Order: sequence, then C-alpha cells, then structure tokens
Amino acid sequence: MSAATQATGAAPDRPPTNAERTEALEALLIERGFVTAADVDGIVERFRSDLGPMVGARMVAKAWLDPAYKQRLLDDPDSVLAELDVGTSQTEHLVVVENTPEVHNVVVCTLCSCYPWAVLGLPPAWYKDPAYRSRIVREPRAVLVEMGLDLDEGTEIRVWDSSAEVRYLVLPMPPDDDDQIGGLDVDELAELVSRDAMIGVARAGTR
Amino acid sequence: MAVSIVATGVARTNVDQFRHAIERIPPIEYLAAGYYGRWIRAAGDLLDGSGALDGAELPPPPPAGSLRAVDRPPRFSTGDRVRARDMHTDGHTRLPGYCRGREGVVVMVHPSFVFPDTNSRRAGEQPQHVYAVRFEASTLWGEEAESDVAVHVDLFEDYLEAA
Repeated sequence: MSAATQATGAAPDRPPTNAERTEALEALLIERGFVTAADVDGIVERFRSDLGPMVGARMVAKAWLDPAYKQRLLDDPDSVLAELDVGTSQTEHLVVVENTPEVHNVVVCTLCSCYPWAVLGLPPAWYKDPAYRSRIVREPRAVLVEMGLDLDEGTEIRVWDSSAEVRYLVLPMPPDDDDQIGGLDVDELAELVSRDAMIGVARAGTR
Repeated sequence: MAVSIVATGVARTNVDQFRHAIERIPPIEYLAAGYYGRWIRAAGDLLDGSGALDGAELPPPPPAGSLRAVDRPPRFSTGDRVRARDMHTDGHTRLPGYCRGREGVVVMVHPSFVFPDTNSRRAGEQPQHVYAVRFEASTLWGEEAESDVAVHVDLFEDYLEAA
C-alpha cells in the first residue's frame, strides 16, 4: 500500500469510511502542494449552485410553450445547451427524446452511472444503484410500476442505455389538464417538471 | 467527489482510465463502497499508480473532452441492420455484455468520440463514430421479455459489424 491508499485517519481495527478516505486524500494533496482547499471548494460550489435539474426543467417548460424552440431542442440540443452557461460538464453531446401518448422514453447507464450533469445536476442515488441499472433494461415496465409510473398496455417503452459519451434528456408530455398549465409562464411551468420526469421514471406534474 | 476529480487531475489520467480503475475494485468492496466511495478508491489507486506523490515525472494532461472529428464518413447509416460483435476484452470496454452477438438497427448516427477500449490503456484515442442501436427486447431476453419494449445502446463503430 502506498501513500494515497494508506493516508487515512482510521482506527487500525476497521477499514476507513468513505469520508475518512476523502479527507485523508484531500489533506495529502494539499500538504504536497498539488491543490489548495479553495480549488476543492470551488468544484463543490459549482456543483452545488450552478448545476441542477432546474436547467433541464426550464428547457422542457420552454419547449411546451414554444413549438419552434421545441423543434430546435429535438433537432439540435447542443446549440441550445451552448447558449446556457452550464459548460459541457459530462454532457458533450446531448440528445433529447420526446414522450408521446404512444412512446415513453427512459434513460439509464448500465455500465456506470452516466448522466446529463449539465442539465440535471448530479444523479439521484437510485439511478446509480446496481438494481436500477440492471433491471430497467431487463423489465422496464415492471420497474416503472414499482416507481409509481403505470403506463398504458400498448405504450412502447424505449430504454436508452447511455453507454458512450452521449447524454439523454427525456422531454416529458405536459400535464394533460389544460386548466393546470394554461396561462403559466416558463418559471411556473418548470416547477411541474421533476428531475424524475426528465429521466423518464415519472410524469411531469406528478411529483 | 471534488477530491476524486482533483486527484485524477493530479495523476494526469483520463476518464476512461478512471472508469477502468473503478471496474478493477474487488466486487464485494465495489458493492459495499457506494458510488462516491468507488470514486475515491479509484482516484487513490490512480494517484498511487501515477507516482505523482513520489515526485515521478508525469505525462502531459490528457486532452480535454471526448469528442474528436474524424476524416472518414460513418460506416453505418440510419436503418442499417448491425450486429454487436461478441468481444471479450480483459480491459475496459463500453460494449455491454447483454447485447454482444445480438442484432439491432441503427437509429441515430452520433458524432465521433475517443475509443474507450484503447484510451483506458493510454494506447491511443482512435476516435470513431458512435451509433444508437435499437435492440428489440425479445432479441435480448427471449421469451421472457416484456412486450413493446426496445433497448437502445450507444455503440462504437469497432463494436459493430453489418448483419
């Protein structure tokens, strides 16, 4: 064992916790002068404040309101992304897939946990869980029911395994109740668009 | 998470090396560690392996991102029937086991990207096109498959052959 794997403050009778490993590695990198605490805090701050599902939710809300924007989002999402100040963090090429009454889309990364950070922030715990990653390709209809989404029998399910560097965003259908969305602006509509709806495990306006 | 990102930067390793380092964590530890627990282990392993902490001379930082332009046109087009090759590498690959040897249809031709199988070994980027290939669930899972389900997998050109 060498420095990075050994440098933990753990008691000798148990393996170090993840937090202990992380703190030890950070302290080592700072001590050796590779980074400063401010460098690390800067990365944390960026993920905490600049990225999150609100970026994707606003894209969806605008697409519901503006057919031309929606078409551009489906045809060339990279150009839409380039206009937003979200960088290309984990999202070098985005594809947007549209839900319709006939087709439901759902996203996974079976090999690790690839996720469109730039538009959705960091992935939820269940998305990274081996159970979701293995079962959503094998029995998506059953998994979606377990997660609270019961689709009509004839609805085709399209699972997208983001096994390369392409990242997927689901464009959910707007809530079918016109009274609920009529007259709302982009910000109000965006509140109806959950992270889960943009992964494809929920409907918009239901969580 | 931030510490893992910084550590892989210090070690001058690319994302494919990082994913391969995660895959090399012993299975029981992998499952017990949790997501970012796997990150911090892999980052520590890469940092140790790089020699950076011992003052070793390091390679230049890897080029940013994974998108790379290539001169040759894509080998496959939308609508082509293809088969995922039945490859079994000892190293890192982004060819999921469940689609190996199975036939599907190209539904999207993506841009070209760095090839993870070689990049994870620092054996060259070998950029190539990636295709979204649609596999019917029955092709993957046989009679037990759910109906009206298709699974799309993003596959590098070298993983595919014409069917």
